Amino acid sequence: MLQAGEWAYSETLKEHFMNPKNILQGENTDDFDGVGMEGNLQCGDQMMVVIKVDKENDVITDCQWKTYGCASAIASTSVLSEMVKGRTLDAAFHISPKEVAQELGGLPDHKIHCSVLGDKALRAAINNYYTRNGQEDKVKQEQTKVICQCMSITDHDIEDAVLEGARTYFELQERTKCGTVCGQCKDETEVLLEKFKHIHFGA
Amino acid sequence: MNFDSTMADMKVYFDHNATTPLHPEVKKEMIAAMEMFGNPSSMHSYGREARANVEDARRKVADFLGAQEREVIFVGSGSEANNTVLSLFVCGTSQCVSGSKTRSTIITTKIEHPCVLETSECLVHRGVRVKYLNVDQYGKIDLDQLAGMLGDDVGLVSVMMANNEIGTIQDIETITRMVHESGALMHTDAVQAIGKVPVDVRRLGVDFLTLSAHKIYGPKGIGALFVKKGIPYCPLIRGGHQEQGRRAGTENTLGILGLGKAVEMRALEMPKEEERLLHLKQVLRRGIEERIDAVHVNGHPVDSLASTLNVSFTGVEGEAILLYLDLEGIAVSTGSACASGSLDPSHVLLATGVDAELAHGSIRFSMGRESSMQEVEYLLDVLPPIIQRIRNMSTAYIKGGLHAASR
Repeated sequence: MLQAGEWAYSETLKEHFMNPKNILQGENTDDFDGVGMEGNLQCGDQMMVVIKVDKENDVITDCQWKTYGCASAIASTSVLSEMVKGRTLDAAFHISPKEVAQELGGLPDHKIHCSVLGDKALRAAINNYYTRNGQEDKVKQEQTKVICQCMSITDHDIEDAVLEGARTYFELQERTKCGTVCGQCKDETEVLLEKFKHIHFGA
Repeated sequence: MNFDSTMADMKVYFDHNATTPLHPEVKKEMIAAMEMFGNPSSMHSYGREARANVEDARRKVADFLGAQEREVIFVGSGSEANNTVLSLFVCGTSQCVSGSKTRSTIITTKIEHPCVLETSECLVHRGVRVKYLNVDQYGKIDLDQLAGMLGDDVGLVSVMMANNEIGTIQDIETITRMVHESGALMHTDAVQAIGKVPVDVRRLGVDFLTLSAHKIYGPKGIGALFVKKGIPYCPLIRGGHQEQGRRAGTENTLGILGLGKAVEMRALEMPKEEERLLHLKQVLRRGIEERIDAVHVNGHPVDSLASTLNVSFTGVEGEAILLYLDLEGIAVSTGSACASGSLDPSHVLLATGVDAELAHGSIRFSMGRESSMQEVEYLLDVLPPIIQRIRNMSTAYIKGGLHAASR
């Protein structure tokens, strides 16, 4: 018989969950140069990332965070906060959830969604830094628009799913899980579904 | 507080509503039964031995429920029993169950186990109408709403006796009386109630009752369905004469003997256990309320299982609590979506009006026959620093109010 003891997640994730790095102590964020906040409590996870920046070189010198979230959210943000230190703002902005997951030694499919909040909040913090320092021109608007907040599904994801064969709202949900939590995005998603079907397939 | 990566020495199992360890007497019985391989349907000595033991177990289950032996059907699980009862009513649209053609509506509640809720949803596609009863903040169904729903169209009402998540106990006796007055049949899923509170099918008056062995220190993969004598019935699994043609498939003799022993032991141990568990629960509840602020106890203050305590912790996500407790050797469960693989928090807590955030932050402690004061005290030592630790990293909590960022 197999023995218990194997954890639900990777050893790296477990280590970061047990001893998370760079947690923001207290509530005061005045000492930081950029603050980013993502997610909402109703969906069960929320993330705040704060950064300090070496203004000469645009390099992140410190990154701290707080979350209302599960083990994956805690561990992935802990890893992320270590990864970004010493990187330029531009390099940090382009860290993908995939890199974070790799650094963690992998995540179960249904947990990817819990780990994306960290880098979203980081990007918000970087943009916040640019805004505060009169560099609005550098604020990078997300190239995509998040349609389903709960599952972090963007218009690009919906387009991809249509290209891969989704033709109905149900099929779209099966592929992307969009609208499977609070369902508030249903109308907007259906409009996009029709739009992408029309653009790509003339339907 | 830092965690050592080695597992804690103390092991505390507070997840008895999920499943229970085998009772040592059940284990003994099953080990002996492993030698007994005969098919109860065979006429030779091997078969006769198996048949005699299966029927002996049936008598024990019937005695435990206050039923007749012929009214007990062994099935593969509580889920199978519930599926069987609900699926009877697909026959309402055909000719199987006489008189039910015009009574093709099922009434159930919003806090049932998924095996009732999902089956009900499926039956809608097969011609059955389903109505769902609301519950109040404590998880009690609304009897006035039930009275309003009952009518000539209703064939079956299915209400669980005790809720698995919050422990709330329904007044099945009263509900059954109302249901029978309207001419419908009554089913109760008693999986969580059996072996914890007295269950007598005659006193309750129900037509169908579901129980499962592994919640009462018996083996997994075996349950029983009580079907009152004379009540129309239609098998879910066909193709054999076993269980008087009501459930095909060679009898799970090992499981059946385990279940028989499990109810026998419950009959002996249950009466003196409730008071002890209730005391442990009070100590646990008071300890949590005294040592941790911003907690919310879910479930009914009085009409609740003595073994079950469900608590929500403001600003803390449940899976994180569960896994930190696991690292300390304590096993509990949570209503958080993150732990279940789905994304919705507990449907039971949402039905009681608890908001989604608190549902994500809920923990169920369910104790059992071996739970001790020492275990409760260990939990009360370990839990407060864990909650404090998680709140310290939470965007959703500062003492005395929500974090500014969460508004």
